[in-house]
Amino acid sequence: MDFLQPATWEEALEAKAAARDAVPIAGGTDVMVGMNFGRLRPSLLLDLTRVPELQQWADDDGAVRLGAGVPYARVISELGDRLPGLAMAARTIGSPQIRNRGTVGGNLATASPAGDAHPALLAADAEVEVASVRGTRRIPVTEFYRGVKRSALADDELIAAVRIVPPRGPQQYSKIGTRNAMVIAVAAFGLALHPDRRAVGTGIGSAAPTPRRAPAAEEFLAGELDGLWDSRAELPAATATRFGEMVAAAAAPIDDVRGTARYRVHALSVMARRALTWAWADYRKGDPTCA
Amino acid sequence: MSTPTRTPSGAPSHLSGAGGRVGDDAARPDGVLKVRGEFAYGSDLWMDDMLWGVTLRSPHPYARIRSIDIGGALAVPGVHAVLTSDDVPGEKVYGLELADQPVLALDVVRYQGEPVALVAADHPDTARRAAARIVVDYDVWEPVTDARVALGHPTWNQLHDAPAEVTELSRESANLHPHGNLVRHLKVRRGDPEPTADVVVVGEYEVGMQDQAFLGPESGLAVPGEDGGVDLYVATQWLHVDQRQICAALGLPPEKVRLTLAGVGGAFGGREDLSMHVHACLLALHTGRPVKMSYNREESFFGHVHRHPATMRYEHGATRDGDLVYVRATIYFDGGAYASSTPAVVGNGGTMGIGPYVVPHVHVDCYGAYTNNPPCGAMRGFGSVQTAFAYESQMDALAAELGMDPVDLRCRNAMEQGSEAITGQVVDSPAPVVELLRRLEAMPLPPEVPTGDDVDLRDMPGGVSNTTHGEGVRRGVGYAVAYKNVAFSEGFDDYSTARVRLEVVGGEAVATVHTAAAEVGQGLVTVEQQIARTELGVDRVTVHPKDTAVGSAGSTSASRQTYVTGGAVKAACEAVRARVLERAQAVVGRPVADLRLDGGKVVSDLEGVALPLADVLGDEVVEETLEWRHRPTEAVDPETGQGFAHVQYAFSAHRAVVDVDTELGLVKVVEMACTQDVGRAINPQAVIGQIQGGTAQGLGLAVMEEILVRDGRVQNPSFTDYLIPTVLDMPPMRVEILEYADPHAPYGLRGVGEAPNISSGPAVLAAIRQATGLPLTRVPVRPEHLTGT
Ligand SMILES: Cc1cc2nc3c(=O)[nH]c(=O)nc-3n(C[C@H](O)[C@H](O)[C@H](O)COP(=O)(O)OP(=O)(O)OC[C@H]3O[C@@H](n4cnc5c(N)ncnc54)[C@H](O)[C@@H]3O)c2cc1C
Repeated sequence: MDFLQPATWEEALEAKAAARDAVPIAGGTDVMVGMNFGRLRPSLLLDLTRVPELQQWADDDGAVRLGAGVPYARVISELGDRLPGLAMAARTIGSPQIRNRGTVGGNLATASPAGDAHPALLAADAEVEVASVRGTRRIPVTEFYRGVKRSALADDELIAAVRIVPPRGPQQYSKIGTRNAMVIAVAAFGLALHPDRRAVGTGIGSAAPTPRRAPAAEEFLAGELDGLWDSRAELPAATATRFGEMVAAAAAPIDDVRGTARYRVHALSVMARRALTWAWADYRKGDPTCA
Repeated sequence: MSTPTRTPSGAPSHLSGAGGRVGDDAARPDGVLKVRGEFAYGSDLWMDDMLWGVTLRSPHPYARIRSIDIGGALAVPGVHAVLTSDDVPGEKVYGLELADQPVLALDVVRYQGEPVALVAADHPDTARRAAARIVVDYDVWEPVTDARVALGHPTWNQLHDAPAEVTELSRESANLHPHGNLVRHLKVRRGDPEPTADVVVVGEYEVGMQDQAFLGPESGLAVPGEDGGVDLYVATQWLHVDQRQICAALGLPPEKVRLTLAGVGGAFGGREDLSMHVHACLLALHTGRPVKMSYNREESFFGHVHRHPATMRYEHGATRDGDLVYVRATIYFDGGAYASSTPAVVGNGGTMGIGPYVVPHVHVDCYGAYTNNPPCGAMRGFGSVQTAFAYESQMDALAAELGMDPVDLRCRNAMEQGSEAITGQVVDSPAPVVELLRRLEAMPLPPEVPTGDDVDLRDMPGGVSNTTHGEGVRRGVGYAVAYKNVAFSEGFDDYSTARVRLEVVGGEAVATVHTAAAEVGQGLVTVEQQIARTELGVDRVTVHPKDTAVGSAGSTSASRQTYVTGGAVKAACEAVRARVLERAQAVVGRPVADLRLDGGKVVSDLEGVALPLADVLGDEVVEETLEWRHRPTEAVDPETGQGFAHVQYAFSAHRAVVDVDTELGLVKVVEMACTQDVGRAINPQAVIGQIQGGTAQGLGLAVMEEILVRDGRVQNPSFTDYLIPTVLDMPPMRVEILEYADPHAPYGLRGVGEAPNISSGPAVLAAIRQATGLPLTRVPVRPEHLTGT
């Protein structure tokens, strides 16, 4: 196995173009597990941790441009106020050691249906910025996931960043695991209320072949909230319940060792209902961020 | 003979330290090393010229091997040996109690992961790639995966007298072994065979397959000796039982198979059976090179036995007042493909299967069966963990039926000193079951946790995954009490050997303790030092590496080492002391009354004598080696299960407080409280550690730990999906230790390690039941069970 450690983004892109089967490594929390279990035997490992651009985030044209290599621990400590949904998702990931190493870029490239960044990115209408020697393109995150552990990334491309417009409304993230920490999601749900656009964003994790949104539920809720955004009146309990059911209806889960399909559907309906209740309570308080 | 350059420090080569006698919180020598990541485990063993061994395992739970072609593997550059069962020079099958397990597969593989062939190569990856080139032609059979089906008892024995339905096994392959699928059937018959009672409660229970989940995977290094023998450095639980089985497989006498304990990263029963031991020796003898084998996490799940899953049906009859009249129980343990320690597990399951209660009429059938599931054997709590879930659930169900408080019902029927166990054995040392429960009850309950805007997510079911801020959360409290035999039972000749030496080194008296008792992380080396300091009155005690140069210490299991090896060390120290005191009188030139050893001196307060040991001993080395036995037990009657089966019982009780998100089915254990009688706490801090660890392991089985097996195949052989409790799952504990001396045991002590592992899970289950109102008859409890999904 060869090991390359490019010092610049250009070198990294050139290396990837030259060796398309090169396996990039950021935090290594997926790659090293694969290698240790013999499931992954890269001929070339491309270490991206020395590329400065990937380790930074910046405000850029109304969005936060989050370098693909920024670890979760920094998302939590530095971006908790700007990107609350993603930070809440980051808090649920692994253990402190994993959060110190693991990155959103790695989560995206792995494209596991259980990746915790995905529901938060979906709910926030994030864009994935990918690049190659051929140039740079931005992919709406909804179009990024193409199948179980498959993404829209071409074999000469690297993920440069994700772009998220800091929300004007509250966000929530909930995840079910069968223990109280360090657990892969059995089902997960991300919610973003966008009062500025009078829109609702959702993201479902671990309950379909890819992370996905719940468009019908979003539309339903946006319709129900139409008269409430300005009054900030109480949300009828039935609306939250219905929203939960519609989110659950958008899922297409399977039975596996982590849980049954029926449980996943049930859990999604409860999580979505509760998340909406909390988000609306925050909105009514006029607080754009939340716990 | 060459030795590994990194010596294993599980039994560190020269462990010595000052301070800490019996009853003190003596600090353990491995603690700081482990926390800093500096402790050398078996997987750290290294010799510069060593080869790496790997194991090819069966992908099928049940198949006949038509042929094995090793040509492709041999052709890989860097490969030094490829071995199959043809290369096993001695006995080709081994086993702890019954020799039924092939060293390498013979004609049939009986579980997924059964070792088929070995490869040694100069790099582990080369060895793995070569192993993948071995072509095994399998005739795949349909596996037998249900213990009751394997025994032909697919339906419960519903009526008292009717035998369970017996169906003919249709296929020839349905019998896994020539002697059939029954490993052992233990019967307990006591009192009236047809008892009746005012109130009857029936329940069926299931316990999933738990894994020991030790953190240090199976590892060892075999070094060929110039005498044609082999030195094996290995992380294990009982060096001499390994040695016996390795000798048989290699066809070598014991003096040519020398074992030294490598650093052990936890055991919990999972290292009682052989794993890579014979394999590494075979490869080393074959290649003439040292061979290291170290399993990765996934292989480890296939490389050791697990806790027996159990299916149990219990019927409890009581008077209206709550006096137990009778218990009928049928217990099935799924032993998997090979016997391992199933016979003894069945023994425990049956003889202690109704809990620490007094019951006049008892009818227990306890079966251990062969199936094509992973082999199951020893694990902490050994046959008692499973039944405790059933009998304690029954006690709660009975209390509910009677409208009684569950603790009151338990206390009313509790065993005490002088009671007869269901084996007819009189409990002849303290059995403070009532006190354990009443003390728990008297402890304050933890406060409710803040919810809503003030919520701290870490307190909530689901933790920081943010699934509830208090919505749907209900609290429950549950109690359970358990008892467990200490040491080996049913007539086993259970002894330990200790060699103790006292000498003067650099002007200071130093004691050396040499036993073969495996230190697996439980703190035995500290106990050995404490005993030697206490008995010999010296500060410096060196613990010799654990090896087979001294006689057997028996197994580090059954909560027995502090009792049995502790007893042996104490006895050897006493023998050394007698000789030293004799010498002292010779030095004084007359008999001196009241002589003892203290502070490095021979003293007599009466006569005002205080002779430094250095003066008494001079150059003399006083050494004594002896075998020490606990009082004998006896086999139980095969038809009635009656007999003096167990040498000692340990008792513990737990109270669990849980918060359950009843809508999502997530559980947060808020507090665990434990009371345990330890007879005498030799090292109180270590006792607390055992109670905390045992509690966590029991809690794990109650709410998350299970090896999921479908059609004989393991679905979750990794820590990604075999979940063990994290710091957010294991709550703070309240612990009260009672010390009622057992007059038969050294210092009055009782084995500590297992009891808390037994009572913890049933208390958690009871608490979840109280919070949810659901019957819950299976552990681990999953969110699906709590939400009906
Ligand atoms: C103990 C443990 C617990 C975990 N818990 C969770 C959890 O709770 N939730 C969760 O979602 N995940 C979890 N994971 C998985 C993992 O931590 C995450 O997926 C993490 O986001 C991966 O990031 P990384 O930087 O470590 O990726 P790496 O392992 O470095 O890479 C992952 C993949 O991304 C590719 N890659 C990395 N960077 C780029 C780039 N810039 N461009 C293109 N491709 C790239 C790699 O080639 C590889 O395919 C856990 C892992 C472990 C070991």
